[in-house]
Amino acid sequence: MTEATVTGGERVAAAFAAARDEGRAALMPYMVGGFPDARTSAAIAGAYAESGADLVELGIPFSDPLADGPVIHAAATRALAAGATLDSVLAIGERIASAVPVVPMVYANMILARGPGRFAQLLVEAGAAAAIVPDLPLDEAGEIGAELHAVGIPLVPLVAPTTPAERRREICRRAEGFVYVVSDTRVTGERDELPDGLAELVGAVRGEAPVPAAVGFGIGTPDQAAAVGRIADGVIVGTRLVRAVAEADGGDAAVGAVGGFIHAARASMAEAGRAVG
Amino acid sequence: MAAVGERAVEGRFGPYGGRYVPEVLVPALDQLSVAWAEARDDPEFRGRLDELLRDFVGRPTPLYRAERLGHLLGRRIYLKREDLAHTGAHKINNAVGQALLACRMGKRRVIAETGAGQHGVAVATACALLGLECVVYMGVEDMRRQAPNVERMRLLGAALAPVEAGAQTLKEAVSAAIRDWVTNVRTTHYIIGSAVGPAPYPALVRDLQRVIGDEAREQALAAEGTLPARVIACVGGGSNAIGTFYAFIEDRGVELIGVEAGGEGLDGRHGASLVAGRPGVLHGALSSVLADDQGQILEAHSISAGLDYPGVGPEHAQLRDSGRARYEAVTDADALRAFRELARLEGILPALEPSHAIAWLLNSAEASAQAAASAEGYDLVCLSGRGDKDLAEALAALGDLDD
Ligand SMILES: Cc1ncc(COP(=O)(O)O)c(C=O)c1O
Repeated sequence: MTEATVTGGERVAAAFAAARDEGRAALMPYMVGGFPDARTSAAIAGAYAESGADLVELGIPFSDPLADGPVIHAAATRALAAGATLDSVLAIGERIASAVPVVPMVYANMILARGPGRFAQLLVEAGAAAAIVPDLPLDEAGEIGAELHAVGIPLVPLVAPTTPAERRREICRRAEGFVYVVSDTRVTGERDELPDGLAELVGAVRGEAPVPAAVGFGIGTPDQAAAVGRIADGVIVGTRLVRAVAEADGGDAAVGAVGGFIHAARASMAEAGRAVG
Repeated sequence: MAAVGERAVEGRFGPYGGRYVPEVLVPALDQLSVAWAEARDDPEFRGRLDELLRDFVGRPTPLYRAERLGHLLGRRIYLKREDLAHTGAHKINNAVGQALLACRMGKRRVIAETGAGQHGVAVATACALLGLECVVYMGVEDMRRQAPNVERMRLLGAALAPVEAGAQTLKEAVSAAIRDWVTNVRTTHYIIGSAVGPAPYPALVRDLQRVIGDEAREQALAAEGTLPARVIACVGGGSNAIGTFYAFIEDRGVELIGVEAGGEGLDGRHGASLVAGRPGVLHGALSSVLADDQGQILEAHSISAGLDYPGVGPEHAQLRDSGRARYEAVTDADALRAFRELARLEGILPALEPSHAIAWLLNSAEASAQAAASAEGYDLVCLSGRGDKDLAEALAALGDLDD
């Protein structure tokens, strides 16, 4: 198969399969595109790809990110002040897109501002593999979902601990790419321990969805990543890495910090292996 | 979408509305839809709410014929006196109703956002009445300009949660409240303060505010024998306006006019989401919003904290598009002059929000001095709240204006 005929969905599936073949979960670090500035952000993306990310979740800065906690909101605000736009952030993703599948996370209003058809086209041009729209539940996916589907880019659905079983089954049945399991009802931030019921929830999703289940929200240490990786197909690390960038003394330090964390998390995950098939 | 038979709570208003929220909130919104569809048809719930509205809130509020203002304008003008409701604004109608609903749903913790502080005070009051825990999110800038209401909320036993993000006003307070709700949704009910937010909130808040228009229509007919020619209300998120308009929507001869915050003027900073906005999603609903080409939400500006918001309820966007209602903007300066004018003419200190509605009347009379005087009929204005909370801010701004 030539590169041009590989859809985003196929690239996502291949990334999860490759990790599984190595006996571990896929690691998907999140970054706020354009934070703290375009140049550093591009270096951070490169570090993600080189340090062992299996996929990269690329946050597109939005003025009112309802699903994000204060650390990511503050980073988005700073990225916007530094001039980040949908196009400039997708361009950052494009630089690593041949090395690792890039999954933009973008709020609905930014998609509507462009028009869903045009947005889908922009993702294709930037080589994106899938998309996450955190404020677009199943019932509202409509035109945005259809336009992305038409170009082979999965719209990744979210499942929360509060999602009733019947609704969860419907979300999973229709899922493309992977299912993003929100591990707690708390907004994105870091947690000390894995929440009760997470293993059961992930187990249910894995049984009900035709695609892998990745867990996000609140994973802050390599040990936690390893613990989640034993029960899930993918591990998403967000706030922890954004905070590392925010606290780093300069761009080089930021790049070093995130690269170190990703490297360590992947090593822990490989060592811990998996408790599920 | 959750629905109970044909009486489902509306989720869409034409293309507007919907639920653009994180998945974690969807079940809570479903639960709220079902709870409201059941509660509003339950005679026991209705009876308890009506009793509280009468004995605690002081409803019905009067419809007052403003003689001296009418004389100045050359028309008969009636003011629906929501400023006389307990706690001084229409916000209490929604707060008491939703607090009762929270009890019915078994949620003992209530959160709210507030801009002017009127909604925060109303929710703190309803929570004191019903013994509920209450947390109010408020932008730091609004805490400064609405200081008396901050003290009132604290006295009523509410916890104040200052919001320091962004412009530190209403938009950020709503975002902070929604984040709290995402975190604590199992135990907490969010009482949103206007006819905005994800479904079912716009319909729920309208249902609880329609008492304004239902009463006013009856009172107007009793006073005049005919319906008003024009019904006018200020529009922030749009709850007093939709509450006032709703009873008149089928009365095709009645003109409905919503007045938004024109701020420094429409080419400067303002809060006119309907007059000068574009379709977009803010706080969970598709409506008309102030946003740039990239879809980033812009900061609003208004002298009045309650109108200082870059979004508006989705039902207003539909009423605008259909032409059933029309929306206009009034500047800070004109609202301030109207604030003073009403005080001097009628002995009523209006809040800065409804001062915008009064200002629109004054402006339109000036614009068509002859026509207005001879035009048929009379006008009904929702005086959504009283101005005590605004005194310091308004006096300072009037001082600047007069210099
Ligand atoms: C007295 C008064 N009127 C109007 C408003 C604006 O809100 P809405 O448009 O929802 O009526 C407020 C909001 O704080 C208010 O306090």
